[in-house]
Amino acid sequence: MSLSSTSAILEIRDLVTAFDTDAGRMTAVDGVCFDVPRGTTLGIVGESGCGKSVTAFSITRLLPQPHGKILGGSIRFEGRDLVSLPLEEMQKIRGSEISMIFQEPMTALNPVQTVGRQLAEAILLHEDCPKAEVLARSIDMMKKVRIPAPEQRLNEYPHQLSGGMRQRVMIAMALINKPKLLIADEPTTALDVTVQAQILELIADLQKEMGMSVILITHDLGVIAEVCDEVAVMYAGRVIEKAEVRGLFANPRHAYTQGLLQSIPRLDSTPKSLLKAIPGNVPGIAEFKPGCRFAERSGRVHTQAHLTTRPPFTEISPGHFVEQCPICVA
Amino acid sequence: MSLLTVQNLQQHFPVRGGVFHRAVASCKAVDGVSFTLRQGETLGLVGESGCGKTTLGKAIVRLLKPTGGSIQFDGHDITQASARAIRPLRRHIQMIFQDPAESLNPRHTVRDILEEPFIVQKLGSKEERRKWVLDLLDKVGLPASATDRFPFEFSGGQRQRIGIARSIALKPKLIVCDEPVSALDVSVQSQVLNLLLELQREMGLSYLFIAHGLSVVKHMSDRVAVMYLGKIVEMAPSEELYRNPRHAYTRALLDAIPVPDPAKRRKRQLLQGDVPSPINPPAGCAFGHRMKHPKWQESVGQDLTLREVAPGHWVQPCPCCT
Repeated sequence: MSLSSTSAILEIRDLVTAFDTDAGRMTAVDGVCFDVPRGTTLGIVGESGCGKSVTAFSITRLLPQPHGKILGGSIRFEGRDLVSLPLEEMQKIRGSEISMIFQEPMTALNPVQTVGRQLAEAILLHEDCPKAEVLARSIDMMKKVRIPAPEQRLNEYPHQLSGGMRQRVMIAMALINKPKLLIADEPTTALDVTVQAQILELIADLQKEMGMSVILITHDLGVIAEVCDEVAVMYAGRVIEKAEVRGLFANPRHAYTQGLLQSIPRLDSTPKSLLKAIPGNVPGIAEFKPGCRFAERSGRVHTQAHLTTRPPFTEISPGHFVEQCPICVA
Repeated sequence: MSLLTVQNLQQHFPVRGGVFHRAVASCKAVDGVSFTLRQGETLGLVGESGCGKTTLGKAIVRLLKPTGGSIQFDGHDITQASARAIRPLRRHIQMIFQDPAESLNPRHTVRDILEEPFIVQKLGSKEERRKWVLDLLDKVGLPASATDRFPFEFSGGQRQRIGIARSIALKPKLIVCDEPVSALDVSVQSQVLNLLLELQREMGLSYLFIAHGLSVVKHMSDRVAVMYLGKIVEMAPSEELYRNPRHAYTRALLDAIPVPDPAKRRKRQLLQGDVPSPINPPAGCAFGHRMKHPKWQESVGQDLTLREVAPGHWVQPCPCCT
């Protein structure tokens, strides 16, 4: 099997996204490749500054302007290359075919408009629709995301809702036009664990019902293990490993993935035992090296060649891709 | 003898409203909490946002004045002690905050930050203090070159190390750690947790370890207390709590944690609803009320003081949840 498959709804190849800053051009996403197979959930996991959110904003073309730019590569969605699409075309796709939900629903919702008006806007931006139908569809969607008493909630403002309810409203807005692809950027990070479990199950149920594909961005390996079909692990602007979820957790190949999985405290670990920590800090964008970027934290000796030449992204077993630095992938 | 004894502690806040800004209701953030903590021991405190765990921590370091109950620290009753009376004891009770970016003065160098505890307590000469600062940096794994730099020059994990260095400066007996790693990257969290474990062994520290993630709390603690709406509903040794949870809320929390192993995926018993507000909380068992448990009515008016059901395993005895 090659990286490309015909059943993919989204195919990203060699995506390079950079920001122009006073200190020069900073490449936040550096040659990222992955596919999202139709109807499945791809998890993107990584730490702050690894480029996972910038990848999402590149797909939706919502990069901060004028500093953020896609410098190269392609993002093929249903046969169209989103990178070269005119802005008006992109606006038609956004919110109808590709939707996005964000970490903090309070900042993503408009505080001075009712929930009902914001839902209606999502519909009316993409089609002319009689008032009665807009209302009926809004109520129907509110029921789908399991908001009790939807008729009353439509007249309320975001601040009148709890955190979990706000995230449900965000999901309702994102899904009201039945998108083919949902991008969820840390959708449960701001929520309590019991509410997180509710929201994750809601997204999974709606995905099944509506047959959509999902990209779930998170830093929580537990969330990845619970809901994703495939996982891409990002580090310092690159995907360093990508595999089917069971394969990745059972047989992680890159030293970073291995280190990450070993470092997290688990419910069945011995209390007060020392954890296997990864030394050092996550590199800042200005410190990105051309070669293996995990070299200095890996605790393994890299030669100059490993630090200057980018390791190839290869398929080492069917469906299991890894950035094959000969030192970090033993 | 225990280092810290907290009995029936209450921290209520008035909710003001109306034309005359009178107290119209009371927010019962901490409502009758009792526990003890021994020297060198870690008590984990876990619960969802709004359950009162941070308020409890602040009351214990006496950043707040409790409205009821008592706090005994090392033989002294500090519940209502004045700021002056409590100052000599402050060096023995310290706190580490969640967000090191916000709890370190951005205009102070690392030296200023780490010297301040000694200056406040009038300890040492200038030369001695400089040496102590270097010792502290060494202890938390930061280079001596850090002294003249400002907090913004450091990463989140390094900033938390500065916060930890400040908290251990006066060789305290108790440190209240309020979500010390939640703001940090996953790969850096384990470094900071290890540092806390090592310092505890070396200095015989006691920790009150507050966090919302049960897996982190369980890893760090000898005993764990589960809080819900201002009350402890269950308290037990870490392993015991994890293996044998008795209260329905503890079971729900354990069940909701995503397990980083796709082979262990399971269908969960999902909790319905949100955490209720501590303003005018329901009578009786608050969790039974959220669950709309058929037996919740029976818990109203019943004595819900924790009872020991197995050695060291305390649970709130209510007909609906246990």
